[in-house]
Amino acid sequence: MGGERGRGRKGQDGVNFLAIVGRVFLAFVLQVGRFSIFTGRAVSHMVRPPFYPRLIARQMVEIGYYSLPVVGLTTLFSGMVLALQSHTGFARFSAEGAVATVVVISLTRELGPVLAGLMVAGRIGAAMAAEIGTMRVTEQIDALSTLSTNPFKYLVAPRLIAGVTMLPLLVLVGDIIGVFGGYVIGTTKLGFNPATYIARTAEFLQVLDVVSGLIKAAVFGFVIALMGCYHGYHSRGGAQGVGAATTNAVVSASILILILNYMITELFFAQ
Amino acid sequence: MNGPNASDPDAPKLRLRDVRKRFGANVVLDGIGLDIAAGESMVVIGGSGTGKSVLLKCVLGLLRPDSGSIEVDGAETVGLTGRARDRVNAHIGMLFQGAALFDSLPVWENVAFGLIQGRQTSRFAARARAMDCLDQVGLRRRVADLYPAELSGGMQKRVGLARAIAAQPDIVFFDEPTTGLDPIMADVINDLIVATTKELGATALSITHDMASATKIGDRIAMLYKGRLIWVGAAKEVFDSGNAHVDQFVHGRADGPITEEAEAQAG
Repeated sequence: MGGERGRGRKGQDGVNFLAIVGRVFLAFVLQVGRFSIFTGRAVSHMVRPPFYPRLIARQMVEIGYYSLPVVGLTTLFSGMVLALQSHTGFARFSAEGAVATVVVISLTRELGPVLAGLMVAGRIGAAMAAEIGTMRVTEQIDALSTLSTNPFKYLVAPRLIAGVTMLPLLVLVGDIIGVFGGYVIGTTKLGFNPATYIARTAEFLQVLDVVSGLIKAAVFGFVIALMGCYHGYHSRGGAQGVGAATTNAVVSASILILILNYMITELFFAQ
Repeated sequence: MNGPNASDPDAPKLRLRDVRKRFGANVVLDGIGLDIAAGESMVVIGGSGTGKSVLLKCVLGLLRPDSGSIEVDGAETVGLTGRARDRVNAHIGMLFQGAALFDSLPVWENVAFGLIQGRQTSRFAARARAMDCLDQVGLRRRVADLYPAELSGGMQKRVGLARAIAAQPDIVFFDEPTTGLDPIMADVINDLIVATTKELGATALSITHDMASATKIGDRIAMLYKGRLIWVGAAKEVFDSGNAHVDQFVHGRADGPITEEAEAQAG
């Protein structure tokens, strides 16, 4: 022990820039490696039986059903503001007729999945990180292993499965609510004929618009659950550690959602 | 070393050889060797932060030792993962320091967890077995449908004990079983530990710094200090071991070689 300390002190005295760079780099590589292994294990348990139907169902209700109000409100007002904004914008070059089309395409392609993803990341990602993190620091995860139950199978896989399946459904519902919001504003405030507005909504909408949004949603659902589980699983140091894990889960999921959103869009629509 | 002989009846239930574990520069286990015979109760004592928990976690496979060998029933367990590890752990029950009950599940499902998840016992049969275990640790049956958060610390420990013995393991680990309990409740838990392990005929490995608990539940006691077992002997001999470090620890003195060495290191 004494020898180790002595060596540490010497390293601090000679301010060694390279040592700091090296340490940061090693910590980064360690993180990347740990995250890759976690993801690999999580996915392999996600697709391999046995499954825990009760746990999957509970997570589906938690993610799908209880997020409906949040996602519904978010997309409703987004649809409304989209109609309003695009109308004032397009009026400048007499293209008000495009409002319905703009509302539906922006919602299904972009705003539906991204806004729902960010809201669910705050709601569900935080909850997952906090719950699994608390289980970690109170040794409940160790207890699972001693009871011949794989924590990946029992804790991580059900959350990932629920995330991947529920987010697209949420987004689909959100899309519809958002379009309805645009319709309400369009017909009551902007003076569109209801039948014309609906016809305009359907006219230029393509299957790919909706499908690409739903694929995004599935990816975002995976990312949210993965970040929640990963940061919770590796949290340490009591209440403070769980708090940090929760923050990291939400922040990393949100950033990843925005980055992946661009990449998937490029994949689908870049010519 | 190669060719583990699982059929050897004289092999100790648990055999540790030269187990080493370090975290960065911090050497926690520095060559641990220990044999525990079947049916024996071994207690490892030592100060806080001396690596007692790390030792247990290595045996359970929650941590992987850097080197050394850990044999259960004569078969090497270091490096086992997945199903093979589950098969070994199915023989082991563990009472965690903070009980580590699953707070999303009612008490009976906690107790029956290893049966339902690990062994695919039907929920009905598992509940019956859980009730028996709750009886065994002296809890009323109406506790079964409460959640862990509704129980006192002593009751949580009892539930943890019931969970540890539910699958009828032949090895049971106790991690600081009396920490956080008042002296009377601590003694109740000690009595329960002795009674339940005897009834199972199980081998027990406990870690504690509570000497009353150590002498009560242990047949033999080993003292962990600076990553090594500095003394191993019969439980009744621990108070006149002739080892100055052990003497200081078991009598709880502030002055002695342990504090002197710690001060020398700090200064």
